Amino acid sequence: MLAVSDLKIHYRTLAGSVKALDGVSFSVADGEIMGLAGESGCGKSTLGKALIRLEERMQYVGGEVRLDDKVLPIADDKAMNPYRFREVSIVPQYAMSALNPTRRIGRMIDELLDARGLKGATLRPELERRLAILGLAPDVLGMYPIELSGGMKQRVVMVLSTLLDPSLLIADEVTSALDVASQKKVAGALVEFRDRGYVKSMIVVTHDLAILAQVADSIMIMYAGKLAEKAPTRTIVEAPAHPYTRLLLGSLPEVGIRFEEKRLPGIKGRPPSLLSPPVGCRFRDRCPLAFGKCVEEPPFIEIAPGHQVACWKADAHAQG
Amino acid sequence: MLKVENVSKVFRSGAFGGKKKRVIQDVDFEVKPGEVVSLIGESGSGKTTVGRMILRLTSVSEGRITFDGEDISALKGASLKAYYRRVQGVFQDPFSSFNPIFKVGRVFRTIRREFLGDLDKAAWEERLSGALNAVGLEVAALDKFPHQMSGGQLQRLLIARALVLDIRLLVADEIISMLDASTRIDVLNLLGDLKRQGLSIIFVTHDLALGNYISDRIIILQKGVIVEMGATDKVFGDPQHPYTRSLLDAVPHLHELWSEEELKDLGLVADTARFGGHLIEHRENHLVRVYS
Amino acid sequence: MTSTTSSSPAAPAAKRGRNEILYFAFRNTKLVIGAVVFLIFLLGAIFGPMFATHEPLTFDAPPGLPPSADYWFGTTLFGQDVFSQFVHGLRSSFIVGALGGVTAAVIGMLVGFFAGYRGGIIDEVLNMLTNVVLVIPTFAVLLVVAAYLSVRGLGTEAMFIGLTSWPWAARAIRAQTFSLTSRDFVGMARLNGESTFRIIFGEIAPNMSSYLVMTFILLFGGAILTAATLDFIGLGPTDSISLGLMMNYSVMNAALQLGMWWWFVPPGLAITAIVGSLYVMNVGLDEVFNPKLRAL
Repeated sequence: MLAVSDLKIHYRTLAGSVKALDGVSFSVADGEIMGLAGESGCGKSTLGKALIRLEERMQYVGGEVRLDDKVLPIADDKAMNPYRFREVSIVPQYAMSALNPTRRIGRMIDELLDARGLKGATLRPELERRLAILGLAPDVLGMYPIELSGGMKQRVVMVLSTLLDPSLLIADEVTSALDVASQKKVAGALVEFRDRGYVKSMIVVTHDLAILAQVADSIMIMYAGKLAEKAPTRTIVEAPAHPYTRLLLGSLPEVGIRFEEKRLPGIKGRPPSLLSPPVGCRFRDRCPLAFGKCVEEPPFIEIAPGHQVACWKADAHAQG
Repeated sequence: MLKVENVSKVFRSGAFGGKKKRVIQDVDFEVKPGEVVSLIGESGSGKTTVGRMILRLTSVSEGRITFDGEDISALKGASLKAYYRRVQGVFQDPFSSFNPIFKVGRVFRTIRREFLGDLDKAAWEERLSGALNAVGLEVAALDKFPHQMSGGQLQRLLIARALVLDIRLLVADEIISMLDASTRIDVLNLLGDLKRQGLSIIFVTHDLALGNYISDRIIILQKGVIVEMGATDKVFGDPQHPYTRSLLDAVPHLHELWSEEELKDLGLVADTARFGGHLIEHRENHLVRVYS
Repeated sequence: MTSTTSSSPAAPAAKRGRNEILYFAFRNTKLVIGAVVFLIFLLGAIFGPMFATHEPLTFDAPPGLPPSADYWFGTTLFGQDVFSQFVHGLRSSFIVGALGGVTAAVIGMLVGFFAGYRGGIIDEVLNMLTNVVLVIPTFAVLLVVAAYLSVRGLGTEAMFIGLTSWPWAARAIRAQTFSLTSRDFVGMARLNGESTFRIIFGEIAPNMSSYLVMTFILLFGGAILTAATLDFIGLGPTDSISLGLMMNYSVMNAALQLGMWWWFVPPGLAITAIVGSLYVMNVGLDEVFNPKLRAL
């Protein structure tokens, strides 16, 4: 079970402090797969990495993260060490292209486990069992990364990340670089891990809302470092309350929609700079529903059970 | 206008080209004026290679490609330049497509120098602002470095570059995949508008929804071989080839959910590619590969 | 070495440009110190001979004198003015360094660029050429050349050094060119119908300009060092004086045993200082050009 309250993360750059996450609060229940969606620069990757403190350049500015009622020391790199891989685990973006090309898979895994103080040999049977569930024969461990396809590498990384049954798994763009058929299998693997109890809760970070519609129990939409909306998947897809979510869904071509028949609208403009974010609602400049009150930042509040939105006009449109 | 006639491509590797790999086999199709044709396939299907062959960035091993009846492999020097005034390309990674140490405006100065040197200043500026307007950008944007702009803006600049030349065919290789959802649709709509004005587009992609949105005809490639092709609504409306069907099944939808069985069908993706066979006409404007 | 990357979405890139490079250049200790030392000797080479009151090779001074008001660096065993020899020697060292370095750089760039950009059979042929030149026993060849040419000039020496020291530069440039050629902007340049020459020198080379500068600096320093070594063992030019030759004479005439330190210390120190300062500048330049190496 994960509870995040008012998390603030900045990046230091030559030009100043980039406020990548500016006060984010939400929770993920046990057994819940939460999708985290948004466009580039919204902060979703930062949030994923912050929960496990993967990047040194990140500056923890404030807020609290509780995992299973224990406070996670995300401000302290060393203090996070015992939690990483055991309680919180991540499948990083580009993981499958980060495999050492000169090492056989089995040897690489053994080395990684040794570095964490675990004996590779004792975990081998479980490793092979889990690989088999995903359709990978044990001889995969004797191969070099270049001999495996993208989908296979992604599966290996996923099994590795969940080997110690972490309480929380963060999957960062795990389907982005794959073909549609592999995407479907990897998405299914995520659900399977949750169903078998290898992982208690999961945060799936992606820009692909369609995949989330298939596997996630709830979806959280981020915009410019803040939360825009969080709701059960069906609600987000069928009756979203935040204008950004609606516009985002409205710009997705599905098989069946053609340009001649229906010209899909995009969203005009660009997200604001996070170096000096605007006052008030960050979506104000691009929002068709913006009005006077929007210069005051709307709080992220619950408008219906399990449905939270940060928009002054949310109540009026809650029923779609 | 463009004819790809029984084209195959064999890559050689190893010292002095010992090993051979056949990446395209007997690909044959046509592109007419004002038509958008999507080349759809997964990685390894050869779709990018076909695009590169049309752009003369890779040579044709067997068969030939003709443009207005002329074999493009014979073009050299001035005739090649003339070809590039008619046919241009835009690639997947907008940041890689610009030389990072120069401002983006240099791309247009180069175009003017290489192709339109005989235009006087006024005529050039009119063309330039016309092209930039068409893609929704201003002349002021030219004074920036690539890293100061977004991926979507850079892709639109690349389209503007092609428009300045008044091309007839654009090869767009996965140009949307690195853009955000809201920017994607803008670039796609732009392509749709250009098509209405008479531009032909070869749209190389792995995303069936995008292909469906914008194309008149679809060509499905599997391991370098065309398995199905025809009008968009026919191929996607009533797919005949098992590979096309499996592709359509694997696309996630917002509203139709995969069943529990479908989702739990784990394991590796089966390799269903088959050799041989030939294309037959299933109905008008809809060809399928069958194996005897 | 550095390759430029696209901007990350989370942190907007700081405005690059010449100003940033100069800003870091002036603050980099290694670069500044190396440049100052190098400049001192360069000025000595350019203006030194104007101050030399005596000819470097004429025996018109009392032999074996330590440094004094008349003879600032003393005299050799044969009565030659050491200071005069020193500044003329500096000049010839720089000339050899420049000529040899430029020759090697030009050959290295041509071979490296064309092999890296064209690939295929051209790459295979140029690679073979590079490997052949690399394994030629230059010392043995030089002995043979020395035997044939009884009178050798600075130019010959510079040419020899230039023709034999380019392989590593070619390899390095080839590797960098390979990686840049795979970038889409090169593909775009081909879609402009640009010629190979134009693409290499208009698009690829400017992108590796820092790399090329550093390669040239290393070739320059290497040429000076090689020339000094060749001169020291007597295979250098026969018609002029150089720092290496000074070392040669002083050692052959037992200057160390005779306690004539003013004969070999200046040239030895100069060679060390010049080559050393170049290498130190190089390390400093790497830090200036590569943002990841800078301490923030």
